[in-house]
Amino acid sequence: MTTSGAPPRIRSRWWPYVATVRYIVLFALVCLFLIPVYVLVVTAMKDPAQVSPSQMWQLPDSLSLDTFADVWPVLEPGFRNSVLMAVPASIISSLLGAANGFVLAKWRFPGADVVFPLILFGMFIPYQAILIPMRELLTDWNLVGGLSGLILVHIIYGLPITTLIFRSYFVTISDELIDSAQVDGAGMIRTLAFVALPIALPAFAVSVIWQFTSAWNDFLFGLVLTSTNSWPVTVALNNIAGGQVVPFHEAMASALLASIPTLLVYILMGRFFMRGLMAGALKG
Amino acid sequence: MCRIRKWGPAALLVAPSLLAIGVFVYGFLGWNLRVSVSDWRGLRATYDYAGLDNYRRLAEDTRFIDGVQNVVVFTLVFVFGTLVFGFLLALLLERGVRGEAFFRTVFLFPMAISFIATAIIWRWLLSNASGAQETGLNRLFDSLGVGFLANDWFKSDSYWAVASVAIAAGWALVGYIMALFLAGLRGVSDDLREAARVDGASEAKAFWHVVRPMLLPVVMSAIVILAHISLKTFDLIYAMDAKSRKIETPALYMWFITFEGLNFSIGAAIATLLMVGIAAVIVPYIWYSVRSERRP
Amino acid sequence: MTSTLHRTSGRSLAALAAAAALVLASCGDDDGAEPGAGGTSPGAPTSTEFEFFSWWTGAGDSEGKQALLDLFAERHPDVEIIDATVAGGAGTNAQAVLTTRLQAGDPPDSYQRHVGAELQPDIEAELVEDLTWLYDEEGWRDVFPEDMLELATVDDRIYSVPVNIHRSNLIWYNPAVLAEAGIAAPPASWDEFLQQAATLEAAGKTPLTIGPSWTQKHLLENVLLGELGAEAYSGLWDGSTDWESTEVTDALDMFTEVLAHSNVDEAAADWQPALDPVIEGDAAYNVMGDWANTYFATAQGLAFETEYGVTTSPGTEGIFNWLSDSFTLPVGAPHRDLAVEWLRLAGSKEGQDTFNPIKGSIPARTDADTSLYTGYLEMPLTDWNDPEIELVGSLAHGVVAGGAFNTEIDSALGEFVASGDSAQFASAVKEAYEANQ
Repeated sequence: MTTSGAPPRIRSRWWPYVATVRYIVLFALVCLFLIPVYVLVVTAMKDPAQVSPSQMWQLPDSLSLDTFADVWPVLEPGFRNSVLMAVPASIISSLLGAANGFVLAKWRFPGADVVFPLILFGMFIPYQAILIPMRELLTDWNLVGGLSGLILVHIIYGLPITTLIFRSYFVTISDELIDSAQVDGAGMIRTLAFVALPIALPAFAVSVIWQFTSAWNDFLFGLVLTSTNSWPVTVALNNIAGGQVVPFHEAMASALLASIPTLLVYILMGRFFMRGLMAGALKG
Repeated sequence: MCRIRKWGPAALLVAPSLLAIGVFVYGFLGWNLRVSVSDWRGLRATYDYAGLDNYRRLAEDTRFIDGVQNVVVFTLVFVFGTLVFGFLLALLLERGVRGEAFFRTVFLFPMAISFIATAIIWRWLLSNASGAQETGLNRLFDSLGVGFLANDWFKSDSYWAVASVAIAAGWALVGYIMALFLAGLRGVSDDLREAARVDGASEAKAFWHVVRPMLLPVVMSAIVILAHISLKTFDLIYAMDAKSRKIETPALYMWFITFEGLNFSIGAAIATLLMVGIAAVIVPYIWYSVRSERRP
Repeated sequence: MTSTLHRTSGRSLAALAAAAALVLASCGDDDGAEPGAGGTSPGAPTSTEFEFFSWWTGAGDSEGKQALLDLFAERHPDVEIIDATVAGGAGTNAQAVLTTRLQAGDPPDSYQRHVGAELQPDIEAELVEDLTWLYDEEGWRDVFPEDMLELATVDDRIYSVPVNIHRSNLIWYNPAVLAEAGIAAPPASWDEFLQQAATLEAAGKTPLTIGPSWTQKHLLENVLLGELGAEAYSGLWDGSTDWESTEVTDALDMFTEVLAHSNVDEAAADWQPALDPVIEGDAAYNVMGDWANTYFATAQGLAFETEYGVTTSPGTEGIFNWLSDSFTLPVGAPHRDLAVEWLRLAGSKEGQDTFNPIKGSIPARTDADTSLYTGYLEMPLTDWNDPEIELVGSLAHGVVAGGAFNTEIDSALGEFVASGDSAQFASAVKEAYEANQ
């Protein structure tokens, strides 16, 4: 009956009905959830000639990828920028987070109890509250306009969550392992690089995926820190599809294209994605 | 319990991050606070002290007050709706369902999509155009014979406008809450429930007495996470209908008054109030989380 | 302990900075062209890239821009042109994005601004170069209308090059819808509009369509103009007309009444979709500037006067409510040499005669080739050159109010449209006006 291996128990005689109702409700909810996806996919795949908002719900007469071909050239630069930005940002942020998490988990230095919450707090701040100073400082540093400033802020504002992910992970690693490395005379940094990091690969995956997704989906920082040539895909998408001036099917196709990388990451590595989510709730 | 003996390298490892967070989080928050009590208007920064003038102006600014009301409604609908539906989904999936992975995937995937893409889809679904232009859910309702459900959505004149934006936000985040509850429910061991049942409690009673207290922390986490997201929400509303006062929240007003009205000091004051609102929710939460972790 | 940490932090700051510099250097994106030195820069430009920032997107708006960019590309075939366009009619989203770029010292090579108050903050913050030398060099002082130059001149200096004149006070209509409802001609006053609105509604038509908030402001300025007349309207922006006078609140109440006969509850997201119901015969009127003409004629392929018509908005006959798009030279433009060439082209007769017939506007120059301006464009061209016509500047398009004042009007208008409380709106605007003096 069950797939999760719940222990067998005496079911009430109503159970079969309950189970059936449950499946019906679940499928109904799935349908409800997929309504936007249906509209997105169906519209994007229609022959442009068949598209009009009033025909939103109709299935395409024939499948056509023309719309994708139309919008891709416009979206492509933003797409490229997002890759160039999100990949280094997520990796660097995760490496720094690994170092922090390691130290915070294994080294109860005086004040650690204060430092950790202070780092965590950075995860929740509204970015409006740092927007004005951030722009002032990055302007002084000549980091506004291109991707570099955007990468830098994604690294820094990613640190709280990456630190948290690694700290939670390293807390579960036995101290003996670390101790024996230290007894062997390995220094702190070597212990981290050769002992701790290799066993923390799952945490690394969680952290990189989480960071990649948030950097990819960010809008506000991209809007404030980049000029047209360096726009990340979300800003480009909003510019293309934001007004109703743009044909409805092009808006849908653009939204779909811009979401593909994070969707792929989610579908292929959902397990790690889930753990990132859980970490975000502070309760590992 | 000093596992790492040489603290020099350890300090070196964390110092860059601590410094970066020190500057980019706390330094900037302080800097923003400074701007909020300045007279900075226009494209060049000025830091002449203006006391609480900007806050006083906000207290009388109807656009700001409307925005606060909107975000309160948005938060209530979004938090409550997402909690209820997230819990319902978790409950449906909790006791082993064939194809659970499939269901989980479907309910969670909107989390992976940007708010911009989400808004673009939903602004069409929630369109209130009529006649030949009618589209989205209203059109669907009409063709299903439940046309009376058709409404103005985010262009309504009432708080329903901002509440309907919360529908899109809920679609995006309900899977997250479901996952949190699922983890929480599964954390309650079957033994415990079994024990309760053996004591003669019905399934429902066992649930109520054993499971409920253990879920309280999950509910707390979920509320905090949802509430802080809702106060911050910018992209979703910006991409849905950027300049509509019906759904404008302080997060958006800050953007417009700062970068379009060039009134940086007022923008900073709004941002500071936003920060205070979020801190009121977050600080106790972090404090509680860290403290409960320290207790064995 | 603490002090040691401090020292460590100091060192790591340097290390962090170095590391960051390394990371960032590898993803730098500027091609680092040399900004040209000094005022006049004879000789061929050497830059290979040129970025022009505007808010012209979508059917109607973008065609004219494209024609001008094409002409520029023809003259500079090796230059890569970056068409930095931020969607959102009338620059509603562009302003904020542009602000962040200007302030961050990351300007495009040239950007679009309305002539008038809208450029004022840029001038005050010294973000745009003085172009007086270019005017002298090109002899533009003799070819642009004096009134306009006067408005564009700040402390004897001119900071932008106007490319066109648009007219704001126009009402567009579908002749077939009027005929069907038995209406002979578009209304000559807003009172008459209200009477027609009843007829139209009885015939199942929407009297007036409207778009996003800026189009509501556009309507507001033309209702005010129609009700108050040119002189009192202009007085609203220089303090000589009292916002709280009964004339003004009456005019504001008229706006509320007019809006009640519009589709404001289903307001479209931009000006083009707001015209669609008129085109499709579901609605009769739309108040919009003459950029609408390109949408009707080019994008939708409709015939002027038979399939769509236009006249001055109610009560504004003999008045020309104008606005003008102009291009600037930002301080620190990365490819200044090309930017100067761009401005020369934009101000030239050829440039203006290429741009304007397509954009649906009349040239800012007085020596343009009038034969190019046919169809709808004959009317504004004749009126603009008619000495009897009274000129007033547009509110929604930055001529008479800019920056903070205009944003505060937005705030108050949002309130007003929702509440219909004209007295409150008047006092809010009055207060904003005084605060921004």
